[in-house]
Amino acid sequence: MQHTTPVQTTTCFHCGENCNGTVITAWDKPFCCEGCKMVYEILNQAGLCDYYNLSENPGISRKIRVRADKFAFLDEDKIAASLISFRDADQTHITFYIPQIHCSSCLWLLENLHRINPGIVSGRVQFERKEVTVVFNHNRVSLREVAELLNSVGYEPHISLQQMQQKPRSVNRSLLYKLGVAGFCFSNIMLLSFPEYFGITDSEAILQPVFRWLNLALGLPVFLYAATEFYTSAWKSLQHKFLNIDAPIVLAIFITFGRSVYEIFSGTGAGYIDSMSGIVFFMLLGRVLQNKTYSHLNFERDYTAYFPVAVAVISNKQEHFVSLPDIKLNDTLLIHNNEIIPADGIVTRGNAIIDYSFVTGESTPVEKQMGEIVYAGGRQTGGNIEVLVIKEVSQGYLTGLWNRAGLKTARDDSEKSFVHALSRWFTWIVFAVAFSAALFWTLKDQSVVWNAVTAVLIVACPCALLLSNTFTNGNILRILGRNSFYLRNAATIEALAKANFIVFDKTGTLTDTASLTARYEGVALDNEQRCMIASVVAQSTHPLSRAILAYTGEQHAVMPVHFFKSWEGSGIEGTVQGNRLHIGSYAFIRHIVLVDDTDTTGVYVAINNTLLGKFRIEQQYRTGLEQLISYFKKRYSLAVLSGDNAKEKGYLQQLFGQQAALHFNQSPEEKLQMIKSLQHKGNSIVMIGDGLNDAGALLQADAGIAVTDNCNNFTPACDGILEAGALPRLDRFIRLSKANGRIVIAAFFVSIIYNIIGLCFAVSGMLSPLVAAILMPASSLSILLVTYGSSNLIAAWLGLKGGKAGA
Amino acid sequence: MSVIVVLLAASISIAAVFLGAFIWSVKKGQYDDEKSPPMRMLFDDKPPVNNQYMQKTETGNAAEVCDA
Repeated sequence: MQHTTPVQTTTCFHCGENCNGTVITAWDKPFCCEGCKMVYEILNQAGLCDYYNLSENPGISRKIRVRADKFAFLDEDKIAASLISFRDADQTHITFYIPQIHCSSCLWLLENLHRINPGIVSGRVQFERKEVTVVFNHNRVSLREVAELLNSVGYEPHISLQQMQQKPRSVNRSLLYKLGVAGFCFSNIMLLSFPEYFGITDSEAILQPVFRWLNLALGLPVFLYAATEFYTSAWKSLQHKFLNIDAPIVLAIFITFGRSVYEIFSGTGAGYIDSMSGIVFFMLLGRVLQNKTYSHLNFERDYTAYFPVAVAVISNKQEHFVSLPDIKLNDTLLIHNNEIIPADGIVTRGNAIIDYSFVTGESTPVEKQMGEIVYAGGRQTGGNIEVLVIKEVSQGYLTGLWNRAGLKTARDDSEKSFVHALSRWFTWIVFAVAFSAALFWTLKDQSVVWNAVTAVLIVACPCALLLSNTFTNGNILRILGRNSFYLRNAATIEALAKANFIVFDKTGTLTDTASLTARYEGVALDNEQRCMIASVVAQSTHPLSRAILAYTGEQHAVMPVHFFKSWEGSGIEGTVQGNRLHIGSYAFIRHIVLVDDTDTTGVYVAINNTLLGKFRIEQQYRTGLEQLISYFKKRYSLAVLSGDNAKEKGYLQQLFGQQAALHFNQSPEEKLQMIKSLQHKGNSIVMIGDGLNDAGALLQADAGIAVTDNCNNFTPACDGILEAGALPRLDRFIRLSKANGRIVIAAFFVSIIYNIIGLCFAVSGMLSPLVAAILMPASSLSILLVTYGSSNLIAAWLGLKGGKAGA
Repeated sequence: MSVIVVLLAASISIAAVFLGAFIWSVKKGQYDDEKSPPMRMLFDDKPPVNNQYMQKTETGNAAEVCDA
């Protein structure tokens, strides 16, 4: 640790980031950049300093500036109209997606916007979805001004094409209603059944029918409403000529209810309304727990979430904004720095340096000259360019990948689950038992036949299996979620457990796109040169500058820099102690000094117009990979599908071992085909990728997992989202998924013991309501204990955070 | 006997009121967002103040507000 420079320990009051080198002090507080200071000033003026009191350094770094007229497209009425959700004479409602929302300060500030601008009526944050619904008076403030206000306080709204096409979210709450109704009926029926269990004195015998009829009345909503969840699912599966686990359950519910109605009407008994409503309640509870997924994550994103909502079109030398679907052939688009090219086209003006890393996996930006074709999805990293559209947005190379019919159909994995197969076996066994009981009693005492058969079918419904399955799945999903691995649904757990082949993408998955390392080649640098280079690159926030700064050492960035200039996408220059430094790309440095180099990648450095050498920039592999891969190497077949070139082949082969197949320069289509052909060979595949270039492969794979540095970033459609920090623990996640099946079966066998006891009563024709009423909750509770207990135990044994620990 | 009938009616109707309350709360979207309301309820509603080094307000910790 160096204590010579105090700057090292100074963190920005607003965003909490390290103020490398430059500290701006205002109001006795340190800020890392003008942007952070400005946010503070705005908040200070509006008396909103509570923002800093609620959480420590809650702000978002403002080092990367947002272009001034970025939100100009919101002035176009047509575009604005497609985004707003409600408008009347003086109020407009709009919901923005703001990925930066992360703490209570954010929530507080966004709900107090009216104190900064009185034109805003109110703000309401939906924290989990990271959305804010703003109501504003459009006579006093425009939509664009609202977006700019949000941006000015550090919450830049993310407005994508998806938002425009999205229909309002409809939340399905029917399962909760059903659970509530079933719970109400179940608890009251249990209460009303006590006289039945413990007997009733003769003097009060007249009350018995009252209790029974009340039970029946309370059982009706369960039978007619709460249990419909299972009827529809069973009916759907029968239509597909597939017997799922719900079918025998529905049969049991029908028989139980039918027999209860008969007994109550005929006055021969109390029926099993209590058991039926109880089992429906528990099964609904299991389903609610299992379906409680991550509403704030989006597993269905496609390119529309990645594309902007509007783009600047130049016609008659005038710039105006056109919403994406309205772009026509031969339009000329103006693409600014850091914007995404929304349609395939030809560069007609400017210097295009396109970063395709998200689309193709290529790690270095590609330079395109005028007249060359650029594809939709690339991000311009240089200055402004103009692009002539040659294909409409919906027909681009990238968008075409989604429009493939095969990929669009949502897969229904739930039918593959082993519980259905198990439940069918179970059902046959139960039928056999019921049949033999019927046979036995026909020979012995015909009056008991009907009684015994129905009792067998009631006791032996595979609801225990359904319960153990849903409870285990629910808990495992929660454990994984707590460990930053979010699965779309329970079917993915099984897909993970069954896999025998793991395929990795390279760029962004194995490597970390954000962390680059620089390696210097050329004339050896002396200490002074090192300091000069460090001081100049410290002025820039470009990732390449950051990498070079890390190489030269942040502590060297101490010299004052004058006449600093940054050329978008090509290089930077500055004067340090009278020496002029140029640092930038091959093309940039050639304007300064004559260079002749066959390999033109890298960042060149010249001091006083003399070339010193260049920095090679490499992406860093994520930490903890060696351990993970060495675990997988022994147990799985592995492959790497990279869109990048083969320069890292040596290292990867060493990491993955000789058996692993490494493929480079893969197009998205080739990746998809590769997965398909592996599946044809009988493999069950987990694909781990990150970008749009993996989207097809992720959908095709049995389990597609998207790795992301921040789970609110864009991730392609997938079955699971894995935060990059949790990638080294992937092996444990898969082991936990494997345990899932064993826990389900273990819990099921525990419950079978209850079933056998129940069956003994049933076949002997002596199943009293009391026995049924004790067996049913006892069985359900032991399932709950076994599933929760063992899945948490296994998670703890694997060193994962448990599912039940307080949030 | 009549007491039991009265009790029955009372207990079921009270439970029904709770069921109604539950359904109402689901309908109002109280289960849609479980994170923001617990944060929201901790915020004090203070009148807007326009000065940064604001005068000490009644809470007494106003000084910390901007010197966190």
